[in-house]
Amino acid sequence: MRSTSSRFLSSMLAAPAASVAGLIVLLLALAAFAAPPFLADPFNPMNASLLDAFTPPAFLPNGLPAFPLGTDDQGRDMLVAMAFGLRTSILIGVSSVAIGLLVGVSLGLLAGFAGGKIDALIMRIADVQLAYPALLLAMIIDGSVRSAFGALIDVRVSVAIVIVSIGFAFWVQYARTIRSSVLVERGQDYVAAARVTGRSGLAIALLHILPNVMAPVLVIATINLGIAIITEATLSFLGIGLPLTHASLGTLIRNGNNFLQSGEWWISVWPCALLVIFVVAVNVLGDHLRDVFNPKLRRRR
Amino acid sequence: MFRYASARIAQTVVVLLAIAFIGFLLVSNLGDPLASLLPPDATPQDRAALIATLHLDQPVAMRFLTFLKGLLVGDFGISYRSHEPVAALIWERLPATVELAFASLAITLLVGVPLGVYCGIRPRSALAKAVMFVSIAGVTLPTFVVGILLIAVFSVKLGLLPSFGRGQTVDLGFWKTGLLTASGWRALVLPAITLSLFQVTFVIRMIRTQLMEVGHSEFIRFARARGVEARRIWFVHALKNTLLPVITVLALQFGNIIAFSVVTENVFAWPGLGSLFLQSIQTADMPVISVYLIIIGAIFMMLNLLVELSYPLIDQRVLRERA
Repeated sequence: MRSTSSRFLSSMLAAPAASVAGLIVLLLALAAFAAPPFLADPFNPMNASLLDAFTPPAFLPNGLPAFPLGTDDQGRDMLVAMAFGLRTSILIGVSSVAIGLLVGVSLGLLAGFAGGKIDALIMRIADVQLAYPALLLAMIIDGSVRSAFGALIDVRVSVAIVIVSIGFAFWVQYARTIRSSVLVERGQDYVAAARVTGRSGLAIALLHILPNVMAPVLVIATINLGIAIITEATLSFLGIGLPLTHASLGTLIRNGNNFLQSGEWWISVWPCALLVIFVVAVNVLGDHLRDVFNPKLRRRR
Repeated sequence: MFRYASARIAQTVVVLLAIAFIGFLLVSNLGDPLASLLPPDATPQDRAALIATLHLDQPVAMRFLTFLKGLLVGDFGISYRSHEPVAALIWERLPATVELAFASLAITLLVGVPLGVYCGIRPRSALAKAVMFVSIAGVTLPTFVVGILLIAVFSVKLGLLPSFGRGQTVDLGFWKTGLLTASGWRALVLPAITLSLFQVTFVIRMIRTQLMEVGHSEFIRFARARGVEARRIWFVHALKNTLLPVITVLALQFGNIIAFSVVTENVFAWPGLGSLFLQSIQTADMPVISVYLIIIGAIFMMLNLLVELSYPLIDQRVLRERA
């Protein structure tokens, strides 16, 4: 483990773009998770200060130094709102990637290990799912689950629906990668040795094969984190993700979009910029991880 | 060829049936057609009549067959939201989306292909480097962010172009077009650019990579050695070998265009299929959602099939590998 991390660190120093990206991700994530506990939640109506509403950024006429990036329609400091929003976006992105990993890795292991009809069934489902792009799938799953719940949806359910929809939209890539590695590993001597010692199939799959096939999947997961964050933002922007009362980068942009026509551009443009900067930094980092750990894997879009 | 084609067609039919079945499961399990379609003061007779028209009293297998038959003859059911036939709703929204998609395809080809060719032939020039740098934005910017930024600059700040709707449309009887009025064209500009940005950058990068690879291949080096003029080498020999994969990949981008068009139509309040799909999700209008999915899946699978069937015509080796 130590050699891997030191190899990673030395490779980072050799690639300035990746170092800058890593620094940006680190600082933004730090701000998103460290700042909110010390600040009053701007999305709690008790903390609204409508008198400050629509204050432009400090560098514009009528701007106030107290609000460097201006305020929104409810008088929330954009800087504070964005820290809360980024925190939600990161949490949802990471959780949905985790769900996708869990589903994809389990099904991939199952398909590769069981073979036969189970394998064929799982891979055909994967083929059908590949006919739809992930964003569309996330919209579909989200919409179907929402209509199944009907009027019972509160904020927590909404968050869960978004996480699950994005997670299930991305499992195929993991499952296919794991399956093909399992097919290779299954014939290796160490698996045969484990069989001879009397280990059960499940134990062999989880304890012996899984650790050997996870690396490429984790690299894909890093690259997918950026896409997951964008997907959440898109769903929330379209009004089928989080409700406006719960800040994510997507809901902030959706809210700001209402005031774009009347000239209050900062309410939507700042969160857009933050989203793009964060996702680009995550992607650069992901590409770099891929090059270091798995040069054979090329990014496909 | 015949065996290859029939195997591919059979596979496509199976997948299409699977997609139709999933669509059927969505309609039959989610939402309550009786509560959605019956007026509050409906009599038990109305109720029984509706159950009979929707075939709700029949076994699931029969209902799936009826559903399939309906799909084939264009009877897509009734919308829970507007109580209109789904086919009519889709037909009404189709022109807006088709015109938007074709406008963005035109931009993709007119901008993407020349820039891609230039960047492939002169990869070291300053313009090519600038294009490649800007194209990073096209790949990474989310569609709705592109739309918002375009609106902020061109509608709000400069006041040049409209930011929502289709402008004035002309009803041709079967097709409502925005292409016959000046305001229709003006309204099309920003949405079409938004939708095309990803594809444009995609095409540029792809043609560039292909041309750079082809440039190093044997037959191009041989043509050079024979003294064929540089212009002729690039535009006749190299480009010909590049465009086929580009067209293939563009056809396979259809799914992305549909997904991005949902977002684009939302940003620009464009009254097309994407907006219809979104409204249907927000109101749990399952019949519309399922038909939309089936139609998109069907078009996508057909494009896939066409592309795969054209491979052997382009490259006979595919057949030998399969045989």
